[in-house]
Amino acid sequence: MSATDRALAAPPRTMRLPEALLAVLGAAALVLVAFLAPWLKFVLTVALAKGIAVLGILLLLRAGQVSFGHSMFLAVGAYTVAFLAPAVPEALLLLPLGALLAGILGLVIGLFVVRYRDIFFGMLNLALSMVLYSLLEKLYALTKGTDGIRVSGLTFAGITPDRETQEWVMFGLALVLAIGFGLLVRAYLASPMGRALAGIKTRETRLEFMGVSARRVLLFAYVMSAVMGGVGGTLVAMTTRHVTPQLAYWTSSGELVFIAILGGAGSALGPFLGATAFELVRVYAAAAVADAWQMILGGVLLAVILFAPGGLWGMLTSRLKGRGA
Amino acid sequence: MAEWLTDNGLLLGLALLDGLAYAALVFMVAVGLNMVFGVLRIVNVAHGSLFAIGAYTAASVGIFFASLGLPAWASYVALLLAAALVGGILGPLIERLILRRIYGQEEVLQLLVTFALFMILEDVQKLIWGVQPIMQDTPMKFLGTVEVPFGEDTIPFTAYQLFVLPGVAVATLAGLAWFLRRTLTGRVIVAVTTDKEAAMAMGIDAAKVTLLTFTFGAALAALGGALASPTTSLVPGIGAQTIVLSFAVVATAGLGQIEGAAISALMIGLGRSIAVYLAPEFEVVVPYIIMVAVLLVRPQGLFGVLETRRV
Amino acid sequence: MSAAVHGGPQDRGANRPRQATPLLSARGLRLAFGGVKAADGIDLDVMPGEFLAIIGPNGAGKTTFINMSTGYLKPQDGTITYDGQPIIGLSPRAIVRRGIGRSFQLPQLFTEHTVLENAALAIAAHAGIWSPFTPLLRRGYHDQAMALLDRFGLGPVAQSRADALNEGARKLADIAMAVALQPRLVLMDEPTSGVAAAEKMGIVETLVRVLRDTGVTAVFVEHDMDVVARFADRVAVWSQGRIAALGPPQQVLNDPAVLRDVIGIEASPPSGAGH
Repeated sequence: MSATDRALAAPPRTMRLPEALLAVLGAAALVLVAFLAPWLKFVLTVALAKGIAVLGILLLLRAGQVSFGHSMFLAVGAYTVAFLAPAVPEALLLLPLGALLAGILGLVIGLFVVRYRDIFFGMLNLALSMVLYSLLEKLYALTKGTDGIRVSGLTFAGITPDRETQEWVMFGLALVLAIGFGLLVRAYLASPMGRALAGIKTRETRLEFMGVSARRVLLFAYVMSAVMGGVGGTLVAMTTRHVTPQLAYWTSSGELVFIAILGGAGSALGPFLGATAFELVRVYAAAAVADAWQMILGGVLLAVILFAPGGLWGMLTSRLKGRGA
Repeated sequence: MAEWLTDNGLLLGLALLDGLAYAALVFMVAVGLNMVFGVLRIVNVAHGSLFAIGAYTAASVGIFFASLGLPAWASYVALLLAAALVGGILGPLIERLILRRIYGQEEVLQLLVTFALFMILEDVQKLIWGVQPIMQDTPMKFLGTVEVPFGEDTIPFTAYQLFVLPGVAVATLAGLAWFLRRTLTGRVIVAVTTDKEAAMAMGIDAAKVTLLTFTFGAALAALGGALASPTTSLVPGIGAQTIVLSFAVVATAGLGQIEGAAISALMIGLGRSIAVYLAPEFEVVVPYIIMVAVLLVRPQGLFGVLETRRV
Repeated sequence: MSAAVHGGPQDRGANRPRQATPLLSARGLRLAFGGVKAADGIDLDVMPGEFLAIIGPNGAGKTTFINMSTGYLKPQDGTITYDGQPIIGLSPRAIVRRGIGRSFQLPQLFTEHTVLENAALAIAAHAGIWSPFTPLLRRGYHDQAMALLDRFGLGPVAQSRADALNEGARKLADIAMAVALQPRLVLMDEPTSGVAAAEKMGIVETLVRVLRDTGVTAVFVEHDMDVVARFADRVAVWSQGRIAALGPPQQVLNDPAVLRDVIGIEASPPSGAGH
């Protein structure tokens, strides 16, 4: 088994307990950091939101497919909030709405892209996300182009909280949703459909000869990942209070895939590990060397792929395993 | 109708000329991307960065030549020199130090490695050339403009975009076709593209072929950038724009197709320029619409060969 | 029976009721790849409960027949009926659901899954795979998959990753996955190719035992004449896209023309033939 196989393979069953334990510890650590360093609350909320979107990328990676256009669903969620907030300021309504719209778009696009594999799958997603990007950028009357849209005031269950409270509410909301979707993805990956999804990567023909439509299996995962992208997008919009077409640009999609590999595709915890690390590196690198943060991130990515192909999750588990042995 | 034509006919003519010049540039980048994919089986996301760095280098060398008081024609030397420098230095560096480590690995990881390279090169470019627009159009001014006859009227168009860009693209296409079919090195590249294992079994030095191909592809991207530099002001982000466009060209044509890439570059170039005149909001969308439409009908691209799975 | 046969009609179905209707029936199948005729007028009836071996040189069109019968290739001419219903033009998926399973010359396992998961997935595929949130290895599927693997003697390797198995176990697992779908007919493409000679008979014995127990009709492509002689009820000899001979093994495998032209053996028939 090569190093890269290990990177994308399912975790061994023995890791289940530490996974649950680490999830609880990780969540506790996030809350603690948010208390001790309030200025990081914003960064952590965005990280959790992106982590949810990256969970969707992870699903597709399990099928051996990589979408270089997945941030389009994030953008759909974000722009749903931006467009509708003036009319419907209720966050708890906007959130499922954004998810629903992203899911519908995911279904429409999914019906088309699940017929393709590998490079073509990646490129079609990229092309479609660029169509959305271009529309967001060019339809100025509607979207204010590259200036983007400021998200107007939100209510939470009818209440308009003060700024400090709202930050906490957003953080809590993101954390709860992250845990919820993490559990959902874990259950899905262990289910017959989830295991069939992983089968697409290694032996798609066998699925067909078992009477199972590989396209349908992939479509379900695709729509699920689109919904998670939409949820991530609504959270990002509610947190940053400003949306721009950049959200849908192909480099943003690249970032999501980056985070998936950085965290490690072996566990539903990987995306959150990766997203937190990514956002922290981004913030601190941008503060330290304003013009070269991208270079630093790129270097980190190269190092992870070349030297730690299991990602942060892989490093963590091999450390634990080493101790247990 | 006749009135519409006199009003819009000239615009359409200009769109066609524009599209042709644009297609020529896109082809230069896409064909390099395609060759590299053919041999390395890696879609190089950083290919657009090589285009951008080629463009910036050409502008810098051109400005430097001008400061030496060299005549305007020397700016053409600057274009070629830039392409050779970028291809010759960055090409081998990237292939030897990084790509070589990931051959045969999972596609996801290969894509991400080149994505990492893209991120790094974007910042390298910003660190060297800054974020202010740079314009160096001596090569274009040197040749002046031509009055292109169109019906009863004429359209003024730069000779550089009318002759040099399509000329270089056609020469590249013809040269490549000749090189790949008639020279030993070319046929080795084709052999490796078709069946790497068989080629290696025949004693072909795959390491040398990949190095050569990648360097050549990088030089083509840089040349595309160098040629583009006089026609536009250089700003950060042109690399990212270029790479997605060449993806669209390559996917539309079918992976590994060289003549096909020329035709799909033309389709996409012309389609885009016509959109600029008819529906400017949708200009950027057109290439992707074309690509999606083509792939809907022919999943393997216009000229791609369907790979059948063996049971 | 319209197949071109060497023996008389009395040869067929020695141990089956004479008037049984065929489970699978092919008539006039033709398919050419370029100039190569992979099927050049194939007529064949597969009777319920029988074990039919297909033998013949490489390139004779044996795998093509399996591919046509499972929807992977479409003949240019001719018909195939299964259980009285035409199946040409149906997708592989639809054909599988009607009860024709197959195994592959190169075993098609989910290499990154355990053997147990492979089997459980096949069972789930039959029972209905579309449950997204209950575990695959929940009790029912787990136990059924273990029972299936035990029948194939694969119990001890249930927890191994499929790509860690030896070739013989891979072949068995491949067939186990086909059987998990509870087919009435299984088409097996070279179930023992690539298996060490010492293992071969053991594997075939396991196979035959399981298939007989479940009452599955089987067609298998085989190169080993000892295997054919011991386990086949009938043998169909493929040659250049045609059936050159069809009949019980003791007859076909002793036919000098078959021996010379198809099997390429000049010497005496295989040791197992004739008893």
